[in-house]
Amino acid sequence: MADQTSQTAQAAEKSDAGYWAANVRIILISLVIWALVSFGFGILLRPMLSGIAVGGTDLGFWFAQQGSILVFLALIFFYAWRMNKLDKEFGVEE
Amino acid sequence: MDQFTINLLFVGASFALYIGIAIWARAGSTSEFYAAGRGVHPVTNGMATAADWMSAASFISMAGLIAFTGYDNSTFLMGWTGGYVLLALLLAPYLRKFGKYTVSEFIGDRFYSPTARVVAVICLIVASTTYVIGQMTGVGVAFGRFLEVSNTTGLLIGACVVFAYAVFGGMKGVTYTQVAQYCVLIMAYTIPAVFISLQLTGNPIPGLGLFGSVESGEPLLQKLDQIVAELGFNEYTAHHGDTFNMVLFTLSLMIGTAGLPHVIMRFFTVPRVADARWSAGWTLVFIALLYLTAPAVGAMARLNITEQFWPNGASGEPVSTETIASDPAYDWMATWQQTGLLGWEDKNGDGRIAYFNDRDAETVAMMEAAGWGSENELTNFNRDILVLANPEIANLPGWVIGLVAAGGLAAALSTAAGLLLAISSAVSHDLMKGQLTPNISEKGELLSARIAMAVAIAVATYLGLNPPGFAAQTVALAFGLAAASIFPALMMGIFTKVNNKGAVAGMLAGLIVTLLYIFLHKGWFFIPDTNSFTDADPLLGTVKSTSFGAIGAMINFAVAFTVSKMTAAIPKEIEELVESVRVPRGAGAAQDH
Repeated sequence: MADQTSQTAQAAEKSDAGYWAANVRIILISLVIWALVSFGFGILLRPMLSGIAVGGTDLGFWFAQQGSILVFLALIFFYAWRMNKLDKEFGVEE
Repeated sequence: MDQFTINLLFVGASFALYIGIAIWARAGSTSEFYAAGRGVHPVTNGMATAADWMSAASFISMAGLIAFTGYDNSTFLMGWTGGYVLLALLLAPYLRKFGKYTVSEFIGDRFYSPTARVVAVICLIVASTTYVIGQMTGVGVAFGRFLEVSNTTGLLIGACVVFAYAVFGGMKGVTYTQVAQYCVLIMAYTIPAVFISLQLTGNPIPGLGLFGSVESGEPLLQKLDQIVAELGFNEYTAHHGDTFNMVLFTLSLMIGTAGLPHVIMRFFTVPRVADARWSAGWTLVFIALLYLTAPAVGAMARLNITEQFWPNGASGEPVSTETIASDPAYDWMATWQQTGLLGWEDKNGDGRIAYFNDRDAETVAMMEAAGWGSENELTNFNRDILVLANPEIANLPGWVIGLVAAGGLAAALSTAAGLLLAISSAVSHDLMKGQLTPNISEKGELLSARIAMAVAIAVATYLGLNPPGFAAQTVALAFGLAAASIFPALMMGIFTKVNNKGAVAGMLAGLIVTLLYIFLHKGWFFIPDTNSFTDADPLLGTVKSTSFGAIGAMINFAVAFTVSKMTAAIPKEIEELVESVRVPRGAGAAQDH
């Protein structure tokens, strides 16, 4: 009986570690995209995008003033959806 | 009906609405007063959080800063929205799982140290007070215009209203009042923008009109670039400033957004961890409605203003003083002159007001040759008036102007009152009752809360008279302070096993170094003329004091890790606390202490 409990506890701990690793991976991917659209396309990489015209200016300007905000929104909703799914996969939902 | 009466009607009606809703909502749910948000749908909660978050800086100030600088000030747009990604991914769900009510409580418990809690409270008070200074600047502009008095008088009247509003208190806790404030605020922002976008580009959606074309078929931004360049100003869409500083400033605003206690608190009280994730998304949806419109407001206003001063383009004649005095299209100039935030002077006595960049030698030579003088005759155009003056500049109907006045006040008042409440509860609850005088009576606690509130507003009003910058710039300083002190502590509390001594040393190092850097550039305690450096020529390379928050955050992380490595590891029960915060399973309802 005692063995079983400790086994379940161990299993839970193992699954918690797996859950956390998966979460951190999703966060890292999301943050790479977050940085790419704002600091990347919006600021540092803007000269490289200057050839792509958007309404009287270039794509970098659009990313700096609007595009990055739209991507931020998509990222947060993606993360919420993905994590709520992950909670169920690992059985750690509320 | 004259404009003054219309403004009064709109502002009065919006206030009656908030108070009415507060009374109606209060009657049914006194017990849920402090737990606003629990049992409220994530969409509703998102709308209320958006109202709480969008302040005078977003509503009154930001579009003006974008209008007069162009692309380089996109930093505000990216910074103040990008922070929500950090908040949603790195903080909100875990703090909800932790299940207490305040940021300083989390820091105190996670770092098992009353000292950590006190340090967190101090960080919170410093950042929030700076934030209120920025709000007071905006309040002064809004009240000055709407009561048709000077900026200073407007600020003093505004301070009294904010104080009364904050003492009335309940307003803050009632989610539905904030929903109403959001509706007023967003209508006030978008309706004039839609009108102006239709006038200029024929597109009813301002965000799309920005990238549309004007009547002649020329893209709006191209036309704007051309006319401002002809007058010697920087091209609107081009990059002029320092790239490193731009990146750093954006990063500071992002981290600061995720470190502001009054926003983070909203996610403590949603029903479930999953809702904390969704709530952050919905909040950003409602914020984005304003933020996608703001760049259009800025660019279109800049075009309208420039064309008012140069009705036939830069190669034509500047507007005459007679036209300004007699043409109703220029009435806005006289009304704004009263506030002291707009000024013009016919310096060369040619009966015309020439608006151009008189620091650009080539343009000056051109203007002299044309006979318009060598000096810019639009002597003062405060950036913070742009959004409020915008509907008047575009000749929109009187009710739109009244609506914008109501919206500006809603934005400034709700945030200022919210921050004052955060400051007073931090002093009375976390500091007095929690640490200094645990036996304080309820009456004493309430009294110290009121005193803290009065002191905070007096300080903010005094400094608001001579603010360290335009509203959005002052607010940016507050974000820098939050970025350097609170965000790193919260993040390390969840993602690392940093110990108590590390966290305290980190927070102190981040706060002190950032505060020093700001004071060196903006004056000690923001008192004018006590600064040793200016942001035009900063101490460290190109790093302006508004951008230093990101560096402060790095210092915080570095000091915390180093000190933590050299001192004892965290106890077993704290390790278990960290493990449990990371997993949603078993999150109960948020508990009071």
